[in-house]
Amino acid sequence: MPSQEVLNWLRTRFFPHIWCPGCGHGIIMHALLRALVDLGKKKEETVIASGIGCSSRMPGYIDACTLHTTHGRSLAFATGVKLANPELTVIDVMGDGDCTAIGGNHFIHACRRNIDITAIVMNNNIYGMTGGQASPTTPVGAYATTAPYGVLDVPFDICKLAAGAGASYVARATVAHPLLIEKYVRNAVSKKGFAVVEVVTHCHTQFGRKNKRPRPIDNINFFKDNSVMNNKASNMTLEELQGKIVIGEFVNIELPEYIEQYKNLIEEVGGNRG
Amino acid sequence: MPKVEFWQGNTAVVMGAIAAGCRFFGGYPITPSSEIAEIMAAELPKVGGKFIQMEDEIASIASVIGASIAGLKAMTATSGPGFSLKQENIGFAYMTEVPVVVINVMRGGPSTGLPTKVSQQDVMQARWGTHGDHETIALAPASVQECYELTIEAFNLSERFRQPVILLSDEVVGHMREKIVIPEKGSYHIVDRKRPKEDPEKFVPYKPDPEDDIPPMASFGDGYRWHVTGLTHNQWGFPTNDPDIAEEKILRLMRKVRRFKGEIVKYDTYEVEDAEILVVAYGSVSRTALSAVREARSRGMRVGFFRPITLWPFPDDELRGLLGGVKSVLVPELNCGQMILEVERVVGGKARVFGKGLVNGELFRPSEIFDFIKEVA
Amino acid sequence: MSDQRYEIRIAGSGGQGVILAAVIVGEALALYEEGLNVVQTQAYGPEARGGASKAEVIVSRGKIDYPKATNPNLQVILTQKACDEYVHDASPNSVVIVDDFFVTEPPKINANIYSLPIVRTAREEIGREIVTNMVALGTIASILESWDLAKPESIRKAILDRVPKGTEELNSKAFELGYKLIKEKL
Repeated sequence: MPSQEVLNWLRTRFFPHIWCPGCGHGIIMHALLRALVDLGKKKEETVIASGIGCSSRMPGYIDACTLHTTHGRSLAFATGVKLANPELTVIDVMGDGDCTAIGGNHFIHACRRNIDITAIVMNNNIYGMTGGQASPTTPVGAYATTAPYGVLDVPFDICKLAAGAGASYVARATVAHPLLIEKYVRNAVSKKGFAVVEVVTHCHTQFGRKNKRPRPIDNINFFKDNSVMNNKASNMTLEELQGKIVIGEFVNIELPEYIEQYKNLIEEVGGNRG
Repeated sequence: MPKVEFWQGNTAVVMGAIAAGCRFFGGYPITPSSEIAEIMAAELPKVGGKFIQMEDEIASIASVIGASIAGLKAMTATSGPGFSLKQENIGFAYMTEVPVVVINVMRGGPSTGLPTKVSQQDVMQARWGTHGDHETIALAPASVQECYELTIEAFNLSERFRQPVILLSDEVVGHMREKIVIPEKGSYHIVDRKRPKEDPEKFVPYKPDPEDDIPPMASFGDGYRWHVTGLTHNQWGFPTNDPDIAEEKILRLMRKVRRFKGEIVKYDTYEVEDAEILVVAYGSVSRTALSAVREARSRGMRVGFFRPITLWPFPDDELRGLLGGVKSVLVPELNCGQMILEVERVVGGKARVFGKGLVNGELFRPSEIFDFIKEVA
Repeated sequence: MSDQRYEIRIAGSGGQGVILAAVIVGEALALYEEGLNVVQTQAYGPEARGGASKAEVIVSRGKIDYPKATNPNLQVILTQKACDEYVHDASPNSVVIVDDFFVTEPPKINANIYSLPIVRTAREEIGREIVTNMVALGTIASILESWDLAKPESIRKAILDRVPKGTEELNSKAFELGYKLIKEKL
C-alpha cells in the first residue's frame, strides 16, 4: 500500500485511471511519487509534463502543476516552463513513441542543451493507446498491428541516444525493480542538468498478447530473468548480452547547465537590475 | 520628448513586445521574420527576459506556451512554412486558454515559395490553420509605427481573452524602415491576465468569470496546482467525454471573443462619406491602395478607402455601415482571393465586389490599383 | 519644400552594401533632418553575395503611402545587371549616377546621367573596395544638398552611428571623396 505521503500526491477524485489492470505505469508512478516525497518536494513547486499516450496520462493523476501537452512535444513545453521559472522542479514523463519517434528531435536537443529537467521514459516497446502499432523501440521480429509479419527496422537504445546527445545523467531500470526506479529518479531529479531515466515496462494488452507475454506476470518474470546490471554486463560478451536488458546508471557527470548559463548572461548584460 | 527612431517593422515588433511586458521568446530562424528572433536574443536578457532558440518551429511555440503557463508574457515569430508547423500547438493554446502572441511575417507560398518576397497568402491560415473550432484574433500592421503599437495590442488582447493572438505582418512591413515615434511609458494601456483570488485548495482552473466568460489564470509556481490538457476538459481541467460539458467548453471559447467583438475590431477609413467606389485593403497593400485613392480623389472621382486592422474578427458591421451609396467594392490583395470572401459575405449583394490578386512576390504599384479603380468606375 | 515626394534608389549586387547605404540615407533624413517622413525598403534574393539587389528611400514632408519607388529622382547604380534591371523607370530629368567600371553601357534614357569612378575610388584611392557604398553615399549627399533636402553633415553623422569602431576614418574619407566626385560636375 502506498504511504499516506504518497497518497497525498494523488488526485484520487479523478480515479479510476485509464490504465489496464496490471499495467506497469502504476509501478513507475508510485516510484516517482516515493522519490518526490523522499526529496521533500512541494506539490505547488513541482511540474509534471507529458505528451500523448497511456503513460502521458500520468500527470492527470498527480496533484501537482501538471501539463498534458501534444504528442511528442512535452520536452519543448517543459523547457519553456523551466526557463520561465527556474525555481520549479520539472519532470517530463513520456512513452517510447512520444520520446523517440515524434518527439525524437526534442529529446536529443533537450539532452544537448542540458537544461535542468528530468525525463522519465516509459518504454513498453509499443504504441499502446492507439492499438498496438510498432514503435522505434519494438524489437526486430516482434509483432505489432503495423508489423503483422514482424518488425524489420532496428530499435533505438534510448540510453545510448541520451548519452550520445549529451545528457548529464542516464540510467535504466525495469518495472521488476521498483526500488531501483525510485533511486534513479531520485538521483535524476537531484541532478543539475538534463537527466534521463528509461524504465522498461510492459503493455501486456497490446505487445504481450502478440509476443507470448500476455499476462502482466509473464512480463515481470521476463524482466527479472533477462536484466543484467551494467557492471556485470561490462564483463559479458556480445553473444552473452543478446536479448538481455542492461540496467544501471550509464552517465552521471557534471556539465554546465543551460539556465545557469543564461542567468550568467543576464548578469553580464545587466538585465538583473530593476 | 517622445523618442524618434528609424526602425524596421521587425525591430518595432520586438520593442513593442518588450514594452507590452513580453519576457520570453522561443524561436527558430525563418526569412523574413528572423530579425525578430535576432533582436529578441539581444534585447530580452537586458530586461531580465529569456530568449531561447529551439530546435524547430514546433518546439518554439511549445516553449512559448510553457513559459506563459509559468507566468511570463511570451511570443514567437515565424513565416508561412513555420506558421504551418506551429498550428497544432496554436490549437493547444486555444483549447487550454493560454495567452501567447504569434507573429507571422507573410511571404509567398505555398511551401518554400518566395522566402524573400511579400504576400498576403496566410489570411485564411491565420483563421483556420489549426484544427477544431475557435475564434481568431489577428491584426495586420501597415506601418512600422503600427508594428509597435499593434504588438502591444496583441499582447493586451491575448492576456485579456486568454488565447493566441496573431500579428499578420508581411515582408514589406517587416523589412521596411520607417520613422517611428516611441510612445512614452504610461501613454499606452497594458493588460495583464486576470489572476485567481481564492485559496489554492478551492481553485477551479476553468471556472469562467460570469462577467466575461474567461476563467482567471494561475501560473505554475505561484502556489496554485492545476491540470492543463489539450483534451476536452471540465472546469477542473480534467478530461471528459460528457457531451454537455464538451459542447459548453467549445461554445464558451467562441463566446468569450464574440461577446466583445465591438471592443476588439479596429479599422481605418479615408473619404468614405460620399464614396461610390470603396477600396478595401490591409497590410502593406493598404498603403498602395490609399495612394491610388488619393490620386482618384484628386481627379474628382468618388472613391473611398476601408482598411481592416483586425482581419479577424473582421469588422463586418463597420464595413456594412459604410455601404449606403457604394456601388462597387474593390479588394486588391497579395493572394488569389482570401479576404474578398469576407467582404462578399458582408456586402451581401448590395454592391458589386471585384477582387484583384497579385502573387508574383511584388507589392501592387499605385498605378495598378488606380487602373483597377478606373476599370470599374 | 512642399509635400513633394523624392525617391532615391541604390542598386548593385549583394555584398556591395547597397542596403546599408540606403539605411544610412534613411537614418540621416529621419533622425538628423527636421520634419521629414522617410521610408526605406529593399529587394533582395537568397544570395548574401552576388545577384541584383536594390534599396530605396522615399522622403517627403507629407505622408508617405506607397513605400517603394515608382519613378526615382535619384539613382546610384553599381553594376550592369542592376542597371539593365532597374534603371528604366527613372523620373524624366532625374539624376542617374552609374559606376564607370562595372556599368560599361550607361542607359539611354531621359535623365542626367553621370558615369563616375565610384568603385575605382574605393579600390584605388582608399585601397578597400568594401567602402564602395561610402563613396556612393558621398555622391548622394552632394545631390541631396543641391536639392536642399539634407545637409551632408546629417549623412556624416548617420555613417558614424553605423560603421564599426575603428573604421570611422576609412569610411569618412571614402564619403568625402564621393562627395567631391560629383560636386565638381553639378
